[in-house]
Amino acid sequence: MSRKLLLENDHIEGINTYDVYRKNGGYRSVEKALKSMSPDDIVEEVKKSGLRGRGGAGFPTGMKWSFIAKPDGVPRHLLCNADESEPGTFKDRYLMEKIPHLLIEGMILSSYALGANQSYIYIRGEYMYVLRILEKAIAEAYANGWLGKNILGSGFDLELSVSPGAGAYICGEETALIESLEGKRGNPRMKPPFPAVKGLWQRPTVVNNVETIAAVVPIVNDGGEEYAKIGIGRSTGTKLISASGNINKPGVYEIEMNISVEEFIYGDNYCGGIKNGKKLKACVPGGSSVPILPHYLVCKTASGQDRLMTYESLADGGFATGSMLGSGGFIVYDEDQCIVRNTWNFSRFYHHESCGQCSPCREGTGWMEKVLHRLEYGHGKMEDIDLLWDIQRKIEGNTICPLGDAAAWPVAAAIRHFREEFEWHVNEPKAALQVNYGLVAEKIFEPVTA
Amino acid sequence: MLLPENWTLNDHNGETAVNQIAFKEETLKEVGRITSHYPEGMQKSALIRVLHLAQAEFGWLSVPAMDYVARLLHIQPVEVYEVATFYSMYDTQPVGKVKLEVCRTGPCMIEGAEGIVEYIEQQLGIKDGETTPDGLFTLKTVECLGACGYAPMLQAGEKFHEHLTKAKVDELIAHYKANPRANYMGME
Amino acid sequence: MSETTDNIQVTIDGKSISVAAGTTILNAARMIGGDVVPPAMCYYSSLKGSGGKCRTCLVEVSKGSEKDPRPMPKLVASCSTPVMDGMEVKNKSSQRVLDARQGVVEFLLINHPLDCPVCDQAGECHLQDLAFEHGLEKTRFEFKRRTFDKIDIGDYIKLHMTRCILCYRCVYTADQLTNEREHGVMKRGDASEISTYIKNSLDNDFIGNVIDVCPVGALTDKTFRFRSRVWYTKPMDAHRDCKKCSGKAVAWMIGDDIARVTARKDQFGEVKEFICNECRFEKKEKTDWVIEGPRHIDRRSVIGANKYEEPIPEHTPLLNKA
Repeated sequence: MSRKLLLENDHIEGINTYDVYRKNGGYRSVEKALKSMSPDDIVEEVKKSGLRGRGGAGFPTGMKWSFIAKPDGVPRHLLCNADESEPGTFKDRYLMEKIPHLLIEGMILSSYALGANQSYIYIRGEYMYVLRILEKAIAEAYANGWLGKNILGSGFDLELSVSPGAGAYICGEETALIESLEGKRGNPRMKPPFPAVKGLWQRPTVVNNVETIAAVVPIVNDGGEEYAKIGIGRSTGTKLISASGNINKPGVYEIEMNISVEEFIYGDNYCGGIKNGKKLKACVPGGSSVPILPHYLVCKTASGQDRLMTYESLADGGFATGSMLGSGGFIVYDEDQCIVRNTWNFSRFYHHESCGQCSPCREGTGWMEKVLHRLEYGHGKMEDIDLLWDIQRKIEGNTICPLGDAAAWPVAAAIRHFREEFEWHVNEPKAALQVNYGLVAEKIFEPVTA
Repeated sequence: MLLPENWTLNDHNGETAVNQIAFKEETLKEVGRITSHYPEGMQKSALIRVLHLAQAEFGWLSVPAMDYVARLLHIQPVEVYEVATFYSMYDTQPVGKVKLEVCRTGPCMIEGAEGIVEYIEQQLGIKDGETTPDGLFTLKTVECLGACGYAPMLQAGEKFHEHLTKAKVDELIAHYKANPRANYMGME
Repeated sequence: MSETTDNIQVTIDGKSISVAAGTTILNAARMIGGDVVPPAMCYYSSLKGSGGKCRTCLVEVSKGSEKDPRPMPKLVASCSTPVMDGMEVKNKSSQRVLDARQGVVEFLLINHPLDCPVCDQAGECHLQDLAFEHGLEKTRFEFKRRTFDKIDIGDYIKLHMTRCILCYRCVYTADQLTNEREHGVMKRGDASEISTYIKNSLDNDFIGNVIDVCPVGALTDKTFRFRSRVWYTKPMDAHRDCKKCSGKAVAWMIGDDIARVTARKDQFGEVKEFICNECRFEKKEKTDWVIEGPRHIDRRSVIGANKYEEPIPEHTPLLNKA
């Protein structure tokens, strides 16, 4: 069984309350940091740890922190991105609901490291009950002197509060999140300027995912080097994986980033295999926006290596034969699932969630949904498949924010790997409405040389 | 979009208030607490949360309700309309006292969300997006609510109901019929 | 304030220019002029915050700067990307750019009504120009187009949302030129619409400028609606004493009648001096204005075509009466 750094105590009765959390070693990282470390020491430890953003992009956290501008007299802010909305992802909700104080502890450390005295947790509006759990925990933290003025006599002040969204996937994009926190529509901003220079209220701002911030706690407790010992290569530490779909044991798992995808899907400590003894058809390993992999590329890479649950291994082969770890939203499909229907479903999601600010995404996402709907419901034409390919190609990379890419990739990957299933929908529209295509045939890929 | 001619507030106490929109005293206190989280002059940041409060208290976001919020936060009414129409959780039309919002995205779909929606439609005699004639239930399909591992699921007010089956849906409908306010936390 | 010096060297489609630090690629291109200028449907130099949305001005940065010569991986919006010293940019010389731009034009047109024959903007419509230059001959969109009802927002302005490309310029105009913005963008995604939400008339003194900044026929002048195709009217520079604005305008004339009044636009279609509603909507008599002479329209569009190539006869009565 993997070592756990974040969810180690999630089974303890009452761990969501201050007393139990504290008794189990909670907040000792704050004591250590405020008494014996400078803010730069923490940044240094985070750099050493190799921690990468857990929200999806995987950008090195320590480097992100070192970009923050520090003009004299201008307050800085740390925002926690708890807008978890990527289909397939539900790890942050689990963490905040079970161990709210872990996030607060991480917020104190990270705010201290960044020199932020007013920090916010931006949580999606649908998680209102989690917001209430967090507010209760924050009140406990204030009451016990972990928040407020002059924490532990260190001279460091921190005000922390929670700000909700109200139903908009786009607010998980950091500049849209900032706009939303300012009480506006969630329209992403043009970059530059980057949030590290002009973010919330035009002040230097860092936005980090819940899991990223929580991971700072074990990094400060045990040191960045200890953290970096876990995992493989540039995938250090542990990662929360949200497992869903046709598996025996869906749920949130904390894994060390060194186990194989095969072990994760079939191992008894994790997903426990495909439900009802069915065969694996496909897998989306990192949330709905990352490329879907056909069964023969899930556990092995195109070059025949074991695929691992790491940033690098899941991306092995690029988009031609690989995917991404993303946010760790691991969705498993069995042989009875329809890829065209699933792609249409995801397209509908992105169409629904486009903010509408820039033309390719506003118009293109709806267009793709309509064409996919037509294909799924038996009115498709063979040219539709190429049309879809062309639309996604003209969205990708041409939009203000990554939502355009997120909408384009699943369509591209579905066509890339499951084209014959799309063609079957056109050729056998009646059958396609009644039965499923089953597994696609294995393709041979030329080895990709870098 | 115009205000319906004879609009009324969908008040939780069953009373109708026209042109007398105002938060209860305790809600105003809550507004004060929320605005205090943001620096001087940045009170617009409280808008999204205050709109949640307005929706909980007044049932939906009518134009007078939004204008009231604009006055409270010292912003232009159009700034409120822009935000209220952007976010999917806000209702700018009257809705039932209990909203049953069924997740329809990817993982929930493959675990049978469509069947759950159909079953609720049969049981309540309404379609997606409609409200029962007694004003009690509104059925909506929504995008991913972050419960993919516990699919299929629905949200009623603030509550998540997961691993849905037909029997569980029956139970839920009976439960909320008996106590419509139970969809808010701490209101059981 | 320190003197700004034009010491940032940028090359666009092989043509070089030195500009001040902070200048965007688009503005540098405009300084060079001609074919290197990317089209812009949402950017408007005098409106703060505008730009970045339509994606028609995407360009390829083939060399980031002298210091960091790596090319930028994605196409960038030239209107909101500042130049770096030694930067090399490709506009029309990049197939990627032409491809992407064709895509953007297609996206902008799939839900556009294409009702140019009955649209007052025809002839001076930026979308028309853009489609002519970069668009496809036929549509690949086979679904019902999005439509909205036409509405009057006030006595003088017609909002025809179906034609809107959501450039947000009119919203910025109301925000920055008037003290109480009363319209904005409602809803989201492809359901987004410019609206007042409640029945409301926009009657601020300067709100008429939303007509001039609109790149398409979504906001039109009700006092001019259906009176004439713009290319049958003669644009004349005109001015009057006005307490509210500069009073510098263009009177678009049919014979001796003033068919409409607009602000003066530059070659990129941008107004530099906004005018008030009184000048725009209420001063339609020739006696209201001092007519200066024919206005040169420097745009490659229907409106500029074949108009002023011949010298204006000296005995033009309007010229002398001023």
